[in-house]
Amino acid sequence: MKIAVCVKEVPDAGPGRRMDPGTMRLDRSGERSLNSYDLNAVEEALRLKEAAGEGEVVLVSMGQEKALESIRKALAMGADRAVLISDEGAAGSDLVATSYVLAKALEREAPQLVLFGQSAQDSDGAVLWASVAERLKLPMVSQISELEVAGGQITAKRQTEFGYDRIQSPLPAVLAVADSLNEPRYPSLKGIMGAKKKPQDVVKLADLGVEADRAGQAGSRTTVSALNPPPSRGDTVKIEDDGTGAQKIMAFLVERKFA
Amino acid sequence: MALSYEFTEEQEDLREMVREFAQAEILPLVEEAERHEKFPVEILPKLGELGLLGIVFPEEYGGIGADKITECIFVEEMAKVCAGITASVNAHADLAAFPIYKFGTDEQKERYLPRSIAGEIVGAYAITEPNTGSDAAGLATRAEKKNGGYVINGRKNFITNGTLCDYCLVAAYTDRSNRGEGISVFIVDRNTPGFEVTRKLEKMGHRSSDTAELVFEDCEVPAEALLGGKEGAFGALMEALITGRVSHGVKSAAIAEAAFDAARQYALEREAFGRPLAKFQAIRFKLAQMATKIEAAKSLAYKAAWLYASGKPCVKEASMAKYFSAEVADWVTREAVQIHGGYGYIVEYPVERYYRDAKLASITEGTSEIQQLIISRELGL
Ligand SMILES: Cc1cc2nc3c(=O)[nH]c(=O)nc-3n(C[C@H](O)[C@H](O)[C@H](O)COP(=O)(O)OP(=O)(O)OC[C@H]3O[C@@H](n4cnc5c(N)ncnc54)[C@H](O)[C@@H]3O)c2cc1C
Ligand SMILES: Cc1cc2nc3c(=O)[nH]c(=O)nc-3n(C[C@H](O)[C@H](O)[C@H](O)COP(=O)(O)OP(=O)(O)OC[C@H]3O[C@@H](n4cnc5c(N)ncnc54)[C@H](O)[C@@H]3O)c2cc1C
Repeated sequence: MKIAVCVKEVPDAGPGRRMDPGTMRLDRSGERSLNSYDLNAVEEALRLKEAAGEGEVVLVSMGQEKALESIRKALAMGADRAVLISDEGAAGSDLVATSYVLAKALEREAPQLVLFGQSAQDSDGAVLWASVAERLKLPMVSQISELEVAGGQITAKRQTEFGYDRIQSPLPAVLAVADSLNEPRYPSLKGIMGAKKKPQDVVKLADLGVEADRAGQAGSRTTVSALNPPPSRGDTVKIEDDGTGAQKIMAFLVERKFA
Repeated sequence: MALSYEFTEEQEDLREMVREFAQAEILPLVEEAERHEKFPVEILPKLGELGLLGIVFPEEYGGIGADKITECIFVEEMAKVCAGITASVNAHADLAAFPIYKFGTDEQKERYLPRSIAGEIVGAYAITEPNTGSDAAGLATRAEKKNGGYVINGRKNFITNGTLCDYCLVAAYTDRSNRGEGISVFIVDRNTPGFEVTRKLEKMGHRSSDTAELVFEDCEVPAEALLGGKEGAFGALMEALITGRVSHGVKSAAIAEAAFDAARQYALEREAFGRPLAKFQAIRFKLAQMATKIEAAKSLAYKAAWLYASGKPCVKEASMAKYFSAEVADWVTREAVQIHGGYGYIVEYPVERYYRDAKLASITEGTSEIQQLIISRELGL
């Protein structure tokens, strides 16, 4: 079985993270790593391949060329190869453009399963998989906390706010996994030593037949008109601890009926 | 532009992996292991699975076939989290399994290496005795020929992994008339009759590493237990221990760095006389000195590792690295405690452990005095 896993390199969380006022996009220049939720998707793909005793796990990503450094971690964990769509013309892609490009790349790969992480730690939309599935016209299940693949179909337990759904779907399908699904493995040293030698294709939009006006800013339907810091919450109360801090916090909470 | 201080991408990735592993899998065990003086032996198979016990061993025995520099990165990241646990891992991989790979017969390698590298069995090595340490040639344990094999009699002291080893490399005289040269090395299985662990030693630091006293009393081993099938292998073994000195250079620098990181953070947060400690010149300069010494220690240690990995002579540099890093760790951890004031003396804060752990560096595997002896000999003195 051929499994594609969509992975994304994200800037490390922390105080250094900022929006670039010039491009009005996230500044992606600092320390970066693989989106940690995607490790759950990679782990699941590897387990499915190992259980089947055959198959291929292909990583698909759109990002800057240096994203390969982060993607290598998933190769070290055991994925077979990577396809990175990296193109100046893709910079500034919003959800509409990103999902279009990824769908094109996935069409070319034609996997039986497409796995996604639950969300990306930078933009945190938790929605890309739905748009990709829609473009591919494939069934889609999200928030998967248990997964079984057998007899050409999947059975998934889907976490919801009210309990669980049990969903069956034929293959091919698009799946977004929850981080409770598994515990991602550490890449072994052997995996690390071999990762760089695994095939890593960096492709351009044209290679995938993506028209210039369907990607990047041109292909995006979102316009950022201005950047402003979040408005301050008017009702903030600052309590200096002079020994009575705890009581003051309690009083504050009781007054607002939180305690 | 040949001089390079860059690690390869693989080495950087390994560092990240070991860091993550140590934070998630080792750190939670440290407090308990230190308090009860018990090495968490269950981590060995996990390390084995990740290839971390076989970094420098060839693939045919389940190793990775990487170099000493790569191994040092592993040691460094482990030691930042727990020196004691690292010591036990090093004694197993560097000092027990490695000499078997270097000098063992094919049968010995087959028998011990794959399982050692997988972390399924634990190794120890025993040179030191109650009455001799630095003067290794002065050891009293002897092995006499009997029934085609040998009978070992003697006592060994301060043996890392002594209580939990499955096999132990034991240095013993086969030829008493030949001081030093007459010492041979035996691989003795733990279940051999006459091999007793008589005492587990309670220690000041490195408490998560087991250290024991061993007794060999009419302990009969077959001829196949003789390392490399040759008598008199001790000299070669001692030379092989160079790899351990290089590791120590990196390990001690790592303990120092852990202490420095804690002290730096503390100095930024703790206030006295209305400002953070880090604003006092006496403290800032001390931290600057600490960082400088750590940098120098690491550079020397990695230079020794580079020489070793390149197959170049490095007796002098390995001893310098072990010696210098040990002294740096001793000083840096002491000052880190000082910067913490009273809290530095309290077990809740990790610096007191770093301080106790660092002290071992100038004692074990050749004291600082013995390293200076080797260095001066290398200097033609
Ligand atoms: C105006 C605008 C400009 C933008 N410019 C850029 C830009 O220049 N560069 C940039 O990187 N982002 C840019 N973004 C963000 C980008 O559009 C989103 O990252 C993308 O739509 C996915 O949404 P998300 O990150 O919220 O992913 P989610 O929906 O939270 O992610 C779910 C899963 O989708 C997968 N996934 C997410 N992103 C990718 C990807 N790129 N490749 C493969 N798999 C992926 C992962 O498996 C992830 O776990 C821009 C967004 C806007 C609105
Ligand atoms: C926690 C721990 C773990 C250990 N693990 C192992 C192990 O796994 N296997 C093993 O075989 N050993 C092990 N050792 C033993 C260790 O290697 C010895 O303690 C060390 O070599 C010193 O020997 P010694 O204790 O007999 O000291 P001594 O040799 O008696 O030395 C005492 C002092 O005299 C100094 N001195 C000795 N000779 C000279 C000289 N010629 N010139 C100047 N000064 C000199 C020494 O530097 C030292 O300061 C371990 C020790 C400890 C504490």
